[in-house]
Amino acid sequence: MRKAKRKFTVLLVVLMIASLALAGCAKKTADQVKPASDVIKVGVFEPLTGTNAAGGQMTVEGIKLANKLYPEVLGKKVELVIVDNKSEKQEAANAVQRLVSSDKVNVIIGSYGSSLSMAGGPVAKTAKIPVIGCSPTNPAVTLGNEFYFRVCFIDPFQGTVMSNYATNTLKGKTAAVIRDVQQDYSVGLSNYFVKAFKASNGDASIVADVSYNTGDKDFSAQLTQIKAKNPDIIFAPGNFLECGILVAKARELGIKVPILGGDTWEAPEFLNQVKAYKDIYFSTHFTAEQPVTEVSTTFLNEFKKAYPDKEVNAFGALGFDAYILALDGITRAGTTDGVALQKALAETKGFKGATGVITLDANRDATKTAIIKKVIDGKFVYDSKVEPK
Amino acid sequence: MDKRNGIKNLLTVALLAGTCLLFFWAENNLDNFQLRILNLAAIFAILGLSMNLVIGFTGMFSLGHSGFMCVGAYTAAILTMSPASKELIYYMEPIIPILAHIQWPIFPAILMAGLVAAVFGLLVGFPALRLRDDYLAIATLGFAEIIRIVVTNTISITNGSLGLKDIPSINSIWVYWGSAIITIIILKRIINSSWGYAFMAIRDNEIAAEAMGISIFKHKLLSFTIGAFFAGVAGALMGFIITSIDPTMFRFLFTFQILLIVVLGGMGSLTGTVISAIVITIMMEVLRFVEEPIDLFGILSIPGLPGMRMVIFSIGLLMVILFYRQGLMGTREFNWDWVLSRLGRGKSKERGDSI
Amino acid sequence: MSMDSFLQNIANSITLGSLYALIAIGYTMVYGIIRLINFAHADLLMVAAYVAFYGIFIFALPWWVAFAIAIALTTLLGMSIEKLAYRPLRNAPRISVLISAIGVSFLLENIGIVVLGARPKPFPRPEALVWNIQAGNISFLSLTIIIPIVTVILLLAVTYMVKKTKIGIAMRAVSRDFETSSLMAVDVNKVVGTTFAVGSALAAVGGLLWSLQYPQVDPLMGVFPGLKCFIAAVMGGIGSIPGAMLGGFLLGTIEVMLVGFMPDLSGYRDAFAFVILILILLFRPGGILGENVVEKV
Repeated sequence: MRKAKRKFTVLLVVLMIASLALAGCAKKTADQVKPASDVIKVGVFEPLTGTNAAGGQMTVEGIKLANKLYPEVLGKKVELVIVDNKSEKQEAANAVQRLVSSDKVNVIIGSYGSSLSMAGGPVAKTAKIPVIGCSPTNPAVTLGNEFYFRVCFIDPFQGTVMSNYATNTLKGKTAAVIRDVQQDYSVGLSNYFVKAFKASNGDASIVADVSYNTGDKDFSAQLTQIKAKNPDIIFAPGNFLECGILVAKARELGIKVPILGGDTWEAPEFLNQVKAYKDIYFSTHFTAEQPVTEVSTTFLNEFKKAYPDKEVNAFGALGFDAYILALDGITRAGTTDGVALQKALAETKGFKGATGVITLDANRDATKTAIIKKVIDGKFVYDSKVEPK
Repeated sequence: MDKRNGIKNLLTVALLAGTCLLFFWAENNLDNFQLRILNLAAIFAILGLSMNLVIGFTGMFSLGHSGFMCVGAYTAAILTMSPASKELIYYMEPIIPILAHIQWPIFPAILMAGLVAAVFGLLVGFPALRLRDDYLAIATLGFAEIIRIVVTNTISITNGSLGLKDIPSINSIWVYWGSAIITIIILKRIINSSWGYAFMAIRDNEIAAEAMGISIFKHKLLSFTIGAFFAGVAGALMGFIITSIDPTMFRFLFTFQILLIVVLGGMGSLTGTVISAIVITIMMEVLRFVEEPIDLFGILSIPGLPGMRMVIFSIGLLMVILFYRQGLMGTREFNWDWVLSRLGRGKSKERGDSI
Repeated sequence: MSMDSFLQNIANSITLGSLYALIAIGYTMVYGIIRLINFAHADLLMVAAYVAFYGIFIFALPWWVAFAIAIALTTLLGMSIEKLAYRPLRNAPRISVLISAIGVSFLLENIGIVVLGARPKPFPRPEALVWNIQAGNISFLSLTIIIPIVTVILLLAVTYMVKKTKIGIAMRAVSRDFETSSLMAVDVNKVVGTTFAVGSALAAVGGLLWSLQYPQVDPLMGVFPGLKCFIAAVMGGIGSIPGAMLGGFLLGTIEVMLVGFMPDLSGYRDAFAFVILILILLFRPGGILGENVVEKV
């Protein structure tokens, strides 16, 4: 027994040394094979596992597609370095640190999930490497971090859009809100919606405001509460995981009023749950039915070719846009120097992406068209679009 | 005998000096990523040490570590963020006025984080430590969840699920490893004191310990509170390294990682915990390659397998617990007698406590 | 709260409560015999759900065939876990067994992520089992009736087994004292194995019904019901089979009614379950129907 134990100890120690050596070697060989000047490296940190995996995977599909279509900039090959941030903040910060220090990337794309973006942001800021967010919609992501940009709109805009749609198009006078208290996205969006809805319909117009926690499966009690208040519409932003079950449950309970949500709903997992129902609306970034720019058409055609068994989605399109914006910035800056690139990106104006014409404002957030989609006959269908003011 | 102790003290000083030199070298020669991993290892070492005190030395199976980390991280973050960024970040609901304008320096804030976590440890421990084994495990896990849910819901103090960002960033290896070394020294002293002997007596046989006149509850509470204190310190450091925190960070998964470190290193060995904290933190990054797609000369490409790292770690944990229950070090510690005897110099028979 | 809402909430409580009860029975059986929180129990729910999912979608099996296979495979898996991860530690400190259980749980979840992918999949609802029932202003799924019936049937079956059959008597003997029972010619390994088999089969049934009620499967789906049902088992008195049933229904009702009567506190719902757990552990550690066992010297 003692002998076995000692052997094991030795084994562990050897393993540790080997791992350290391996780490060292791996880096060296990488440096030797590809001197930094020959390629331009685009780092990607996205959640490929964990709660946000679906969104991260869709985004990466779009980025890979863009890389296939536009493999060169400034006459150099563009190389993607994709790291999983496991839907965890600590991992997200590590991932970005690895991208800037070990992989020495020139620009970074990511991440689905605002809190992950916020964990990675400061690292990139210190290293003076610009980051382009695909879909983090929380305003705080770019606040005070001049190296963080994004190609999506932000929650205050999204909340207002949905409130206006509820008031003007759906003619709602009262609303109920159900939010996921553990998701910054859900809490933020709900607040902006409530603010805007109260402004249009009076303080008493929000008849119910209830919450649940990420991971919950049973929403019957909250929905019964809402049903008793009989609102004209229900606003339920949150993860597609919980919301799919939540919306289906609402219909099973006989709640027939329109249910509204945000851009996270555009996932096949959500659709699978609510296929049988209608009057489900959400805001998103992209539609296949109304290509806004010529880039949209290219993206659509190429996406179908590359992933024939997958639905075109907004996250893929945003990943695509983040990548081509990065290349556009590098072209305009004429260099991959972080500070120069930051300056070039900050001046982005009227950039034509797959998701529309993007102009970055003073906070480096995109002002652009929002699309409203609805569920009809088991499909996401384009409903209307809302221009930014 | 005196001579031998003199040599040992000298060696200890030399070791500390060597470590300092090593840090100095690391600070200047490693890139930021490697430094970050090294600093993270220091945090995990503190976490592992504090959990080992509770589980390995006192024999209380507590799974509440992530809760105390959460308390520590929030305390330190709120105390050190600038009033300006507080105003910016609490845009949903403003922060309560008492907290809005304070801004402490880093070190008092870390200390305070530990103290607040210790107070929580006391509050949780007081009822929970009357339970044992799996009941204690599930109760402490429950308390950690309760802490997390309360933090999520008290928006005007913690900013709820939006989390905090713009926490002052610290990159210095001295802060992280300095804290880790102080933790090691303090815990070593505690373990070699009458408290420590009482803890171990309780671990080995509670009833016998009680019969010997050891106040079981007092010592359990003491160990638990000290554990919570260092968990709080580690939480504070975690905030400074990531610079943004939110409640979902502090889920059970965190506790699992720390447990992994403690079990692999050996329950009841500080040395083992430190070694295994370093190994596991590094492995966490090194093993990334198993999750990435592997391209063999363009002929064969193996798609990446996200999640594979955790599979490896879970199997590692099971292997250790099933076949080498002592882990790396068992209850042994690094000690000079052993080193000296290995070097063939120490001829005395003082090796009793080293094996 | 209006009458309609109240009745609706009663229906909600019954659905949730009977699911909790069913899963809690499995927990309580295993705990009753070997005094171990089988953390992996929660992940057996996930395994059963995935087996049924693949059976129906990939192999196009009729749902009842797929369900039967799911229960059989989960039972086998449960027994293997016991044999590989718990049996070698039977004489080890309790902490080691617990760590082993946590390790198995994480292993199953992460193998799930690697093999099945982290993205959730829709669980099919066979029309023969699930339809909507409308009674006045109250609407619920047929499952609200089916689940309690299944739960009660299984409860009776398990109670019969434990009280009347030979293996049941052996189980009770083993739960009192391993050594003495083995001296009395009881094959302890066989008894513990059987307990795990029954417990895992119950977990499988629970997992299948859970997935019918909340039709989405993902590798981490077991974690949440696992914790809640453990709480339910402790409430009722861990080790007591009717206690698990009672605890499950109580917890379900309390959760639903908490949100119903105090919607402002709905964000604290999960914390509330833990508060109940801790209060019970402190003031009546035996649970409502359990016996308070004094620690032996």
